[in-house]
Amino acid sequence: MSTPIRQTLEVPVAEGSDGERYSLRMGPQHPATHGVLRVDLELDGETIVECTPQVGYLHRGFEKLAESRTHTQNLILTDRLDYIAAMANNVGYCVAVERLLGIEAPLRARYIRTIVAEMSRLCSHLLWLATHALDIGAMTVFLYCFREREILLDLFEELCGARLTFSYTRIGGVRQDVTRHFVDELQRFLDLFPSKIEEYETLIDTNRIWLKRTVGVGRISGEEALALGLTGACLRGSGVDYDVRKHEPYDAYGLVDFEVPLGTEGDIYARYRCRMEELHQSVRIIQQCLDQLPPGPIVSEDAPDLVMPLKPVAKVKPETSRFGTATITLDRSKTLYPDGDVYVATEVPKGELGFYFVSDGTSRPYRMHIRSPSFIHIAALGVIARGELIADLIANIGSLDVVLGESDR
Amino acid sequence: MEPMAIAQRLQAEFPDEVLESYTYQGQTAVVIRSGRVRDILQWLRDTPEIRMNHLRSLCGVDNSRHRVDPNLKRFEVVYHLYSIEHRHGLRVRAEVGETDPVIDSVVSLWPGANWLERETWDLVGIRFTGHPDLRRVLLPDDWEGHPLRKEYPLRGKGEWAGLVDLQATAKELDKHSFDPDNPPPATAPSPARKKGQALKFLNEEEGA
Repeated sequence: MSTPIRQTLEVPVAEGSDGERYSLRMGPQHPATHGVLRVDLELDGETIVECTPQVGYLHRGFEKLAESRTHTQNLILTDRLDYIAAMANNVGYCVAVERLLGIEAPLRARYIRTIVAEMSRLCSHLLWLATHALDIGAMTVFLYCFREREILLDLFEELCGARLTFSYTRIGGVRQDVTRHFVDELQRFLDLFPSKIEEYETLIDTNRIWLKRTVGVGRISGEEALALGLTGACLRGSGVDYDVRKHEPYDAYGLVDFEVPLGTEGDIYARYRCRMEELHQSVRIIQQCLDQLPPGPIVSEDAPDLVMPLKPVAKVKPETSRFGTATITLDRSKTLYPDGDVYVATEVPKGELGFYFVSDGTSRPYRMHIRSPSFIHIAALGVIARGELIADLIANIGSLDVVLGESDR
Repeated sequence: MEPMAIAQRLQAEFPDEVLESYTYQGQTAVVIRSGRVRDILQWLRDTPEIRMNHLRSLCGVDNSRHRVDPNLKRFEVVYHLYSIEHRHGLRVRAEVGETDPVIDSVVSLWPGANWLERETWDLVGIRFTGHPDLRRVLLPDDWEGHPLRKEYPLRGKGEWAGLVDLQATAKELDKHSFDPDNPPPATAPSPARKKGQALKFLNEEEGA
């Protein structure tokens, strides 16, 4: 396989250009960068000759911090990665730690986690569509998307009391069971939502300005996308069939039926279509999970000092309490924390989120590496935007769907 | 193909390079010497029945305080490869020594490794030869030390010099700001009108 990457692209000299270049710093406080991203540009007229993204403004040192905290405590760090889809990160983190410790969540918990992860995907895609359309100039879609996102956030609030930073999942299950009211409300939302997707599509799908701004812009071939490490809708928009939910099913994804939408062109429009189809598929997954939701416990019994006890705490004597994480250190089984390493990937709305853990037999990770899709997508921006117009840079950033909290960690 | 079978083929192909292979939680890893890491990864990528064309992640690990296995080499670079076609994966751990940690870059194989290697240099301090642009990526360019090394203190080594400069500048600017409790002395009053001097009204006709 030859390296299919545009390393040394000859940028055509724009018509009427005198060859003079000038540099422009976009960001870090530019509204279209979706966070604190700075892009250093070299321009020839309106054509981008060189595009260098700069990140790190939100670096909080999570990987260093995680080494001094226990696995249970580290859960809250994952809320602050991709803060638009925090629930998907929670799920990904817990799946990874469970794999490391060799425990398995009960079936009901796995279904619930699949539901909330997909709700998170809906949230993220709605916010993406809203801001992406706003960047390109379509104001109305923004308001429509936020209307539906609000319903989802209300549902999350009912489930766990938080609207953005949930920390709802636990290693070995979830914190609380779903209520009847939550299920009913979610069902009402699912009945309503497909017609809302049609509404968004009516607004922009055949809009001439939208098509001019997206079709044929920011094109990436499948090979190139793979070489650049793109995942998620950015890779599938270029026609590469890779979805961690299908390739390495976790939670309840192996038990439900759904399709992975693929694009062919690899341009912004193809990625947009992929994400719109994913909205439909997420609805389908949630519907199946609700229909199949089995009864049973919501936390695993295998991880006694990791999960909250099922019985009321007041009835448990301190010396026999399993409330180990917060109050009393209990007889931790010495074999619970292994000596080994795992890499577990999950499909979050932005792409493949991977956690690599090295454990040396203590309750803290010896090393935790977060493979964040946004970091790799921003790196690819420099290649994709080169040779295009500066106005399309905004569309490209939006289309890659990056979140700087996840990128900088 | 089973990951263990891949590890054995890799062992047969590069007998001097592969040190160990093991499986934990269903994931297979091979430990290799760092000398020919680029050849090994290229072989894994290009052999038709293996074809691991997706570099999932790349990171550095500092082994100096590993409790279970203190004989590990100081650093290692860990690659996670995956084949989208064949749906199998392999972890490759390349050992890097303590003095002058350096390893070959794989940017020519996967351009996406560019920032991952920069991050590894930034946080762990492993240099990559053949990297087109090895600069810090998450931390400022003038940062001292590599935070993910185990001897680096959790709370850092004092303030970053850039922040100290910024705070000094802010303090200097504060001197010129207005303090309502302690207002600056009033400026000199305008010269008093001489006795008998007539006022001139601009909106009146001359001599009216």
